[in-house]
Amino acid sequence: MERKNVIELKNIVKRFGKVVANKNINLSVREGEIHAIVGENGAGKSTLMNILFGLYQPDEGEIIINGERLTRHNPKNSIRLGIGMVHQHFMLIPTLTVAENVILGQEPTKGIVIDLKTAEEKIQKLSDEYNLKINPKAKVADLSVGENQRVEIIKVLYRGANILILDEPTAILTPSEVREFFKIIKALAAQNKTIIIITHKLDEVMEIADRITVIKQGETIATVNKKETNPQLLARMMVGRDVLLRVEKEKTEIGEPIITITNLSVLKTNEIFALQDINITIHSGEIFGIAGVEGNGQTELIEAIMGLNLDKIKSGTIKLENVEITNLNTRKRLISGCSHIPEDRHLRGLVLDYKVKENIILGQHYFFCKYCFLNDKEINNHSEKLIEIYDIRPNDKEVIVKGLSGGNQQKVIVAREFTRDFKFLLAAQPTRGVDIGAIEFIHKKILEARDDQKAILLISADLNELLSLSDKIGVLYKGRIVKVLDADKTNPDELGMLMTGAIGG
Amino acid sequence: MNKKNLIIEILIPIFAVLLSLIISDILIIIYKQSPLKVYKILIEGTILNPYGIGQVLFKTTPLIFTGLAVAFAFHAGLFNIGCEGQLYVGAFTTAIVAAYLPQFTPPLIAILLAIIAGFIAGFIAGFIPGYLKAKTGAHEVINTIMLNFIIMAIVNYLVIRFFKVPETIHTYPIINNAKIPRLFEYTSFFKGSAANLSFFIALLACFIIYIILWKTKFGYEVRATGYNPKAAETAGINIKKIVILAMSISGGLAGLVGINFVLGYKYYFEEGFSSGIGFMGIAVALLGRNHPLGVFIAALFFGILSQGGLVINAIVPKELVDILQAVVIISVVASSSEVRRLLFKLGRL
Repeated sequence: MERKNVIELKNIVKRFGKVVANKNINLSVREGEIHAIVGENGAGKSTLMNILFGLYQPDEGEIIINGERLTRHNPKNSIRLGIGMVHQHFMLIPTLTVAENVILGQEPTKGIVIDLKTAEEKIQKLSDEYNLKINPKAKVADLSVGENQRVEIIKVLYRGANILILDEPTAILTPSEVREFFKIIKALAAQNKTIIIITHKLDEVMEIADRITVIKQGETIATVNKKETNPQLLARMMVGRDVLLRVEKEKTEIGEPIITITNLSVLKTNEIFALQDINITIHSGEIFGIAGVEGNGQTELIEAIMGLNLDKIKSGTIKLENVEITNLNTRKRLISGCSHIPEDRHLRGLVLDYKVKENIILGQHYFFCKYCFLNDKEINNHSEKLIEIYDIRPNDKEVIVKGLSGGNQQKVIVAREFTRDFKFLLAAQPTRGVDIGAIEFIHKKILEARDDQKAILLISADLNELLSLSDKIGVLYKGRIVKVLDADKTNPDELGMLMTGAIGG
Repeated sequence: MNKKNLIIEILIPIFAVLLSLIISDILIIIYKQSPLKVYKILIEGTILNPYGIGQVLFKTTPLIFTGLAVAFAFHAGLFNIGCEGQLYVGAFTTAIVAAYLPQFTPPLIAILLAIIAGFIAGFIAGFIPGYLKAKTGAHEVINTIMLNFIIMAIVNYLVIRFFKVPETIHTYPIINNAKIPRLFEYTSFFKGSAANLSFFIALLACFIIYIILWKTKFGYEVRATGYNPKAAETAGINIKKIVILAMSISGGLAGLVGINFVLGYKYYFEEGFSSGIGFMGIAVALLGRNHPLGVFIAALFFGILSQGGLVINAIVPKELVDILQAVVIISVVASSSEVRRLLFKLGRL
């Protein structure tokens, strides 16, 4: 049965100054289908979605929603037409209840008082209808990440949305939460809601989508039925060449211990421990992965290893080779052979207002000085070289890093940290929010470092990444390493259960 | 800085000045005067006659120092509202050193010593809130404001108790060799005005600060800390040290204000001489978008307004200029986002 198109975008063009974000986009989405939009970071997915939601005006092209041709589209229009957007980053106020969050902005009133009761009933009904399992009276702060996301979905449904745009919805979910989430999505689609999912996880696309539209460099490459494609084909369309989806890893010789963490305990507040009795030894030529739901001590572990929370360390020692570094400052650790890809590139990895060349020397800038002065010539040469080797786009050392796509920003960090003289690499979420071309590249670099006899600590929320790269995986749960497993003897389900405390260590 | 940002940085202050001119037009019209006439008198009385130019330069000089001070701290992500106190203790120290040096100290050395003394005094005054910020996290805005009161009270006490010439509120005059020459000693053009060589010292300070911020390792670390302290820390930069040093240098720059007034004009320290120059520094830095060149231009602009206020006093109240200055500040703050929005709408972003 051919269903009618609820959304039609024709020849959409959107320019930002000289940059063309959307060149020639054609998209038609049918009622009640799950439509995935895939593409590398910077391909123009977000721009497209913002145009669809009415946040940006296209320079050229037509937008037809429910058969209505929109000349001036804006978010108000979207709400009227039943389009709702769930952002990657939740926009909820933790101290309020679910119901209070949902009605925020259009509070129903009885006289001058907010009519919370009616809202709560309506939310309960929605929750039951789509099996969202959300208690409208619960405080958002007490909810898990998955539940937060469902609240966002309720928020959109509450406003009467028939078309849901979901931006990278599974990026922060554990495997079991992803499964739960897919069930909900399918239930929504069964009720004739139209779902648009933006993602670059191809295995998920293959599982959930009815049709898939591939975008590359601002252009729609094709819209395909899931049944007629496979991840390899999709990847090739996205990147324009064959991509290695599975990492090929050879066994290496494991050498001497490089980093040894002994009985490390770190405080969160005065009494509560963020980490307790952590023991990790990583040898040269070894990748040690850390699995865990976010907020179980990863950040504190990273900070402890890099010397960023010296005042919070309660006990324990950290040794690099045979030298104790527990009390060294960050700079001395970096110089003595630690390298660090921070978990959040915007928070710790980059100075966003700095140029590419300034970011490329960050933390190594003292090597580019003559007396007290920066040596511009050397900095320029160095950054030009790295931009070339690491294929950072645009190929311009003078551009402000803020303007780069996520993948290219990450490449700036990777370029910087891999050119350091290091024995130990702490790679935290090295490929988060990065397109598959860059993921392949970063994975390759990490494995090269391993083969080069470096010791690597890999902290990642992406279990596939952990499983394919790591030699050993430690599961972090509530500040403790509950179990250490051999990467080739475990699977996502076992890890998922350990991560959520469903089975003990 | 790329071209797009540069255009924005230039457009914001222009937009602000235009906006405030419109508002002052309205005020002048309410006062039943012709705006054109008022502006004509203002221009003629300032930049179109030699005495006026000299006075403008004299009034611009301290604003450059305080503007630089605020701008420098700002690059480290700090808001220094303590210039008023820092310049006060700086000028006082300059005056005391210059007054109590041996008479025969060679001019260059005497002047240098007096300048350095002022810088160090301001440096220490800036060090205190910087240290508190780095070590305890105490907010520098509160601490610099409070320190203004403390410093001024202490300095006033010292002046009255130990250093003042009887029956006056100023200190003993500085030695002749510590005096910075007036400009009219070189050219009769500036005859009668208070303009002195300090103006060129201020220009030199602009240049040095530019070099420090954009060409040195220290400046690189200061700006990185200001933009993103977490990333700076992760890169092994000692952000506490940077915060302390940046605040101290900012204080030191404010401490140089005394060069103009003490060494170049009055030849003594006088209680209450600064009359808001420290706070004006915030306006100068804002209008100058925290760039040394911008600071210079903004200081000149406020210097003209400040001198112009005296000139137009004949036909409109000089408070009008005070209002104009305040409106400029508000519109700079407000127009930052407004200009971006406008440009965005025009599709130039």
